[in-house]
Amino acid sequence: MSIPKNLIELTNISKTYKTGEIEVKALQNISFSVEKGEFLAIMGPSGSGKSTLMHIIGALDKPTSGEYFLDGKQVEKLSEDELADIRNEKIGFVFQFYNLLPRTTSLKNVSIPMMYGGVEKTERIKRAKKYLEMVGLGDRLYHTPGQLSGGQQQRVAIARALSMNPSIILADEPTGNIASRQAEEIMEVFQEINKKGNTILMITHEEEIAQYAKRIIHIRDGEIDEDRHNGKQKLVIK
Amino acid sequence: METHELIEESLLTLTLNKARTFLAMLGVIIGIGSVIALVSLGQSTQSSITNQIQSLGSNLLTISPSSQAFGGVRGGESIQSLTLADAEALKESTLITTIESVSAEYSSRGQIIAGRNNTNAQVIGVLPEYQTVRSVDLSSGSFINQRHVDGLSKVVVLGTTVATDLFGENSNPVGQTVRIDSQVFTVVGVTASKGGTGFNNPDESVFIPLTTAQKILYGVDYVGSISVSAISENVMQQAEDQITQVLLNRHKIRSANDADFRIFSQEDVIGTITSVTGTFTTLLSGIAAISLVVGGIGIMNIMLVTVTERTREIGLRKALGAKRKIITAQFLTEAVMITLIGGIIGTILGITVSAVITNHMDLPFVISLKSIILAFSVSAGVGILFGWYPAQKAAKLEPIEALRYE
Repeated sequence: MSIPKNLIELTNISKTYKTGEIEVKALQNISFSVEKGEFLAIMGPSGSGKSTLMHIIGALDKPTSGEYFLDGKQVEKLSEDELADIRNEKIGFVFQFYNLLPRTTSLKNVSIPMMYGGVEKTERIKRAKKYLEMVGLGDRLYHTPGQLSGGQQQRVAIARALSMNPSIILADEPTGNIASRQAEEIMEVFQEINKKGNTILMITHEEEIAQYAKRIIHIRDGEIDEDRHNGKQKLVIK
Repeated sequence: METHELIEESLLTLTLNKARTFLAMLGVIIGIGSVIALVSLGQSTQSSITNQIQSLGSNLLTISPSSQAFGGVRGGESIQSLTLADAEALKESTLITTIESVSAEYSSRGQIIAGRNNTNAQVIGVLPEYQTVRSVDLSSGSFINQRHVDGLSKVVVLGTTVATDLFGENSNPVGQTVRIDSQVFTVVGVTASKGGTGFNNPDESVFIPLTTAQKILYGVDYVGSISVSAISENVMQQAEDQITQVLLNRHKIRSANDADFRIFSQEDVIGTITSVTGTFTTLLSGIAAISLVVGGIGIMNIMLVTVTERTREIGLRKALGAKRKIITAQFLTEAVMITLIGGIIGTILGITVSAVITNHMDLPFVISLKSIILAFSVSAGVGILFGWYPAQKAAKLEPIEALRYE
């Protein structure tokens, strides 16, 4: 078996949850690949299995069956510590509820993955500043999450996701908790970093948000319903 | 992640909830504080008693009467086995080469009255040698001399405390009279203070000629004890052997096992007291150590609550690449920080309490490095021991479960 050259290669991924006697098939035979530089949205109603898929792609969970290659590594065969390294080095997470450490400055929040990745302290601060400036928060370095708006907090989270220069940014409902005007700002940030070469995989249930992506995959009842190029991509940046 | 960063992180987390951190520390503070204070106080008492006994003369041997044993059975009455003649014999025997001076004494408690004042004190009948043997210093007047002893004189030397009780501070009682058991005595001297407290305190005694005590006050022909000072501390054992030999001969007893007297050195007394105070110190520290364990359980309890509370944070940290051992290290560091800081505060508190009490009670302040080091290792140990389980619980959380946790 050869190692695929695509960034992400999913082959017949299935995930079954057991709750007592009842088996729930969250994902069934999911196969698709993602190339470097793509901006992909995975859409589906709640309960469709899109969060489970995101957890598997994010190396937070393992599939029941199937193969998953990320950047040449077969993820489901890795040990717990190796998975932690994958999450640290290859994946940048952006969560719906931002998940920033409370009462901790933006700078410190962005530094955390670099701290686990063994980046030297002065370098950490330098990079954290760079990415915070990139998401437009150069003047909010020492603010804590409580002092920032939802949109600003999410931008801190994006800076954090970028900090280890990962292979892919995984965003789970990144605008789910943000007012619509600020949501557009977030999408602008995503399109900008995508333009710089970052691969983005975004999960959303909002059609409007999905329109910002170049490619859209629809999931229904744990199976791929549709996988298409988004011809009408809505561009924020010119 | 380096150690100093872990420490920085955990200190930061601990300051986020100051009240809770302090409460968690309290158990350790009290535990360590009481261990340090009790050990220190125990050692202070011990050194105070030891000093006091040594100040009475470290080359001192005391011979007390004891019941003679007949074939393993000791009789109950012959407590009168030592006499002034025994003391004279020890003084004059050619067999004895290691003795400097010999004093015999007979003591009893008595009421001392001077004018309207009166006090209860140890009345000790002594020979002039008593002054050398027990190293008694006088602040005024002179000690009992041979003429007093020979003449059954009714003269008395007062201990400082007794002098103060009867005549007030800064008075000179020499030449005045006091009454002891309705006999009038002339004060010829006052001792200088030896300090200290406790039994047989020379400051709380009065000294009269032995013969006066025996014949006029108490009507006895034996002595309570004989004190002997050896020529140096190095010949104590020889001196003891020689005294035993002479006295056995005089009392016509063949075996030392049947002796009707016992010889104590100050070392024996110190040894006994040291072992008694040592036992008490250990016992009290043991009780204090229990509070340390209870404190440790308190820390475990709070750490467990913290883990539950911070489930989302732990999930996030894992998603961002923290390995199990880092999460374990983080929570363990927090627990150890609580106990270490608690240990430092407890040590300071314990030392302060001990300093205040020893100062108040006029005891020497003793603090041993050993007990501080012990306290620190114990507190760090408590942190590791009781922080381990919560830290493991945190490290084993599944990242998705933790992220989902509301």
